[in-house]
Amino acid sequence: MAEIRLENLGHSYDGGTTYALNPLNLTWKDGNAIALLGPSGCGKTTLLNIISGLITPSSGRVYFDGVDVTESDTARRNVAQVFQFPVLYDTMTVSQNLAFPLKNRGISKDEISKRIAEVAELLDLTKYLDERPLRLRSDLQQLVSLGRGLVRKDVPAILFDEPLTVIDQNFKWTLRGRLKELHRVTKHTLVYVTHDQTEALTFADEVVVLNEGSVVQSGSSADLFLQPEHEFVGFFIGSPGMNFLNASITNGLVVLNNQEIGSAKSFGGQNLDSGSVRIGVRPEFLTISNSNGLPVQIDRVENRGGYQLAHFELAGSKTIAKLSNETKVASGQSANLVFDQERTYLFRESQLCGRLVSKVS
Amino acid sequence: MKTRNNKAWFLVLPVILTVSFTAILPLMTVANYAVQDIFSPTDRLFIGMDWFYNITNDPLIFNAFKRSFSFSIQVLLIQIPLGIAIARIMPKSGWKASAALVMVAIPLIIPWNVIGTTWQIFARPDIGLGGYLINKFIDFNYTSDPLDGWILILLVDVWHWTPLVILLVYAGLRSIPPAYYQAAAIDGASQVAVFRFVELPKLKRVLMIAILLRFMDSFMIYTEPFVITGGGPGEATTFLSILLSNIAVGQFDIGRAGAFSLIYFLFIQILSFLFFTVLTLQERAEVTKAK
Amino acid sequence: MTSTTTTKGVLSPRKKKASLPWSGLMFWIIIAIWMIPVAWLVLMSIRPSADILAGLEIIPSRITFDGYITFLSKDIWYGAYLNSLTYSTLNTVMSVTVALPAAYAFSRFSFAGDKHLFFWLLTNRMAPAAVFLLPFFNMYKAVGLFDTNLGVAIAHMLFNVPLAVWILEGFISGIPREVDETAAIDGYSLPRFFIKIFLPMIRSGIGVTAFFCFMFSWVELLIARTITSTEAKPISAAMTRTVTSGGLDWTLLSTAGVMTILPGILAIWFVRKYIAKGFALGRV
Repeated sequence: MAEIRLENLGHSYDGGTTYALNPLNLTWKDGNAIALLGPSGCGKTTLLNIISGLITPSSGRVYFDGVDVTESDTARRNVAQVFQFPVLYDTMTVSQNLAFPLKNRGISKDEISKRIAEVAELLDLTKYLDERPLRLRSDLQQLVSLGRGLVRKDVPAILFDEPLTVIDQNFKWTLRGRLKELHRVTKHTLVYVTHDQTEALTFADEVVVLNEGSVVQSGSSADLFLQPEHEFVGFFIGSPGMNFLNASITNGLVVLNNQEIGSAKSFGGQNLDSGSVRIGVRPEFLTISNSNGLPVQIDRVENRGGYQLAHFELAGSKTIAKLSNETKVASGQSANLVFDQERTYLFRESQLCGRLVSKVS
Repeated sequence: MKTRNNKAWFLVLPVILTVSFTAILPLMTVANYAVQDIFSPTDRLFIGMDWFYNITNDPLIFNAFKRSFSFSIQVLLIQIPLGIAIARIMPKSGWKASAALVMVAIPLIIPWNVIGTTWQIFARPDIGLGGYLINKFIDFNYTSDPLDGWILILLVDVWHWTPLVILLVYAGLRSIPPAYYQAAAIDGASQVAVFRFVELPKLKRVLMIAILLRFMDSFMIYTEPFVITGGGPGEATTFLSILLSNIAVGQFDIGRAGAFSLIYFLFIQILSFLFFTVLTLQERAEVTKAK
Repeated sequence: MTSTTTTKGVLSPRKKKASLPWSGLMFWIIIAIWMIPVAWLVLMSIRPSADILAGLEIIPSRITFDGYITFLSKDIWYGAYLNSLTYSTLNTVMSVTVALPAAYAFSRFSFAGDKHLFFWLLTNRMAPAAVFLLPFFNMYKAVGLFDTNLGVAIAHMLFNVPLAVWILEGFISGIPREVDETAAIDGYSLPRFFIKIFLPMIRSGIGVTAFFCFMFSWVELLIARTITSTEAKPISAAMTRTVTSGGLDWTLLSTAGVMTILPGILAIWFVRKYIAKGFALGRV
């Protein structure tokens, strides 16, 4: 169990021409569950493989509990890693699989059987110990490959590389539950790579969102949802994602569709400079009012059971509002749109730069 | 799951017709020869199973059989490990991999008699580079020493066909997902352990195919010994196919050749049937395991 | 700061990386040794026959292109070369055409006796050519296929059709069944679906299969020689039968040898990306 610190860590596969991972600095607290979230090709697996030691980074250092492990090879770092699909030694039984990493490290027979028994108990695999892993269900196989990591003593971290990818739909939730429970019991530092936001948001204490090789935001699930610091986070997290509207600022006032809709304030409270700006607001923070608000024409209303989605066009952008079932709204109807004061943000060059303090609320 | 549909036989029909013409019909002709003593196209005598008794008791044929069998075993013992060893160090990506593939495959695309001719002169002690060099160290003359003749044919077969094993194993190795190597690294496995527990199990299928193809093809070897040693020195390299073609085309002893062919063919059919059965059983066992 | 770069493919542990340059070098040394006989053949083709027989020379003292000139000007040589190209190509086209529907059937349907049929087909691939010499000779004489390129092409189907079915079945099984079902729902008939949709999808498989059919037909001597005499004489037979007054013309023979390697190298280059895959996919 360890705190993981990454310092100026970056990686290029082609000797520096392009970076799969741009230099970054991150510190993860001991015992935390961290999710690396992003679309495929964003560099999250590269980052994971650097932490596990499968890739030596082009630049920067990796520290486990303050000890520089950048140059240590994988076996010496002692981390556990679980891959996209169960990686097992087909010719060995479950218990031989679990014994393998210990044997390679020259640990005594007695110690090995003791550790196997403990881990099998922990993962609830005791009754399968003499089976060939290929005979097991995919979620159990994945647990066996996790077990191969856990049998070692003092594993500083467990790394997961999209471990639910090939698991049967029915057992995905079971396995995820098991992993969460395991984290609660063992307090290992977990690093979990995924492209699935639900997986990331429900699993992790801290979510690191990556895009095109850079960390765009790192924080709790709530932070990412309530205050995305980058357009990508707004768009990638949430379902449906954040709405973005092209607007401009003149004399500290936000102009949308030739209409002044409020003032542009930085988080420090100052007026923002004039120029173009993008308004970002989540569908959850748009409401419809009978009296005042920005007039829009509703194109379509989609009932999603617990809530309804109203689709309309605003300032040339397709926009969605997530409304409670009580709201009376119908396709083709005109409505007045209200922005949530606290949760309507302004972005410049994709970065969060301030807040819209609405006139129409 | 596959759809059950007996109309699929229509799709297989062209293959059946082709094989009937190229395999079944000739085999029936051979069977017909085998039960007759043919002196000339018009003068023949039905003699039943006599040729078969004759063949199975013929020391010439039995010796050729022993020779072919031990040749095939030696071929396997050399080519399979060598093929695996070379495939493991083959470049895996980029232009180097392409170049390596093409070069490795070259011996496979050379007509068999050209291979024979090339080696025939290459191994000559007087004017061949290989023969000249080896004679600096030991006395090597494949035209007079039976053992040298045998070794040369074995060497030529290794040169000619190990590339097939290399390509098969290479293909097998390439299909192992990188995660297996990564997991083994994390588990602290040694190189030997990686080979033993990761690669070998995953190569099982291609290796079976390699063993099957190499055994069968070397068991039928004809062209190289025909060109290089003509079956000699003495009878050192008179393998089954060489003997058969001598009897059939050389001595025109059609009945005897027919009976010989049938037994030869039957032996190969039974052997390959056994191979296939073992393979499918294994594969089926793996599939049911995965369920 | 380290600047170790790792290729994106197989990521190996540090220990292994250290040994990689050594094993890489080892591979190229082995390949170099492996290529010596071929280089020797090329070298012989540009030396006068008398020099070849006179003694060992690593660097030729005299160079001649007579072999190539004779090869390209005398129709006994280039004619035989064209014969080989013709029947190999013919055989490739016929083998693949016949094998495609069968491979599809084996991959997609289960029918009475399918497994036994597949086995039995494959055992034909293992049949010793020597067994077929006599009957081929007599049968082909009887039906007028003796000494024709078509005859050789048909005879070589003996081992190429099973091989083609085998490789193609592997490739076809790699295409999800849903493709067939979608097409059926879209109202495609089986032949139309096969030509319009399926064939383009297994292009690489067909390429690899064609390569192997061509190659095995190209390198075969025993059958080709037995069922031809003059008209359709293959290049390999021309090589075994040409003896001039002064004994064997080694220059010419080597030239012919070099020429026979060229189509193969060309063919491998085209399918180099799939060649390994073609091997691995064959189901048994």
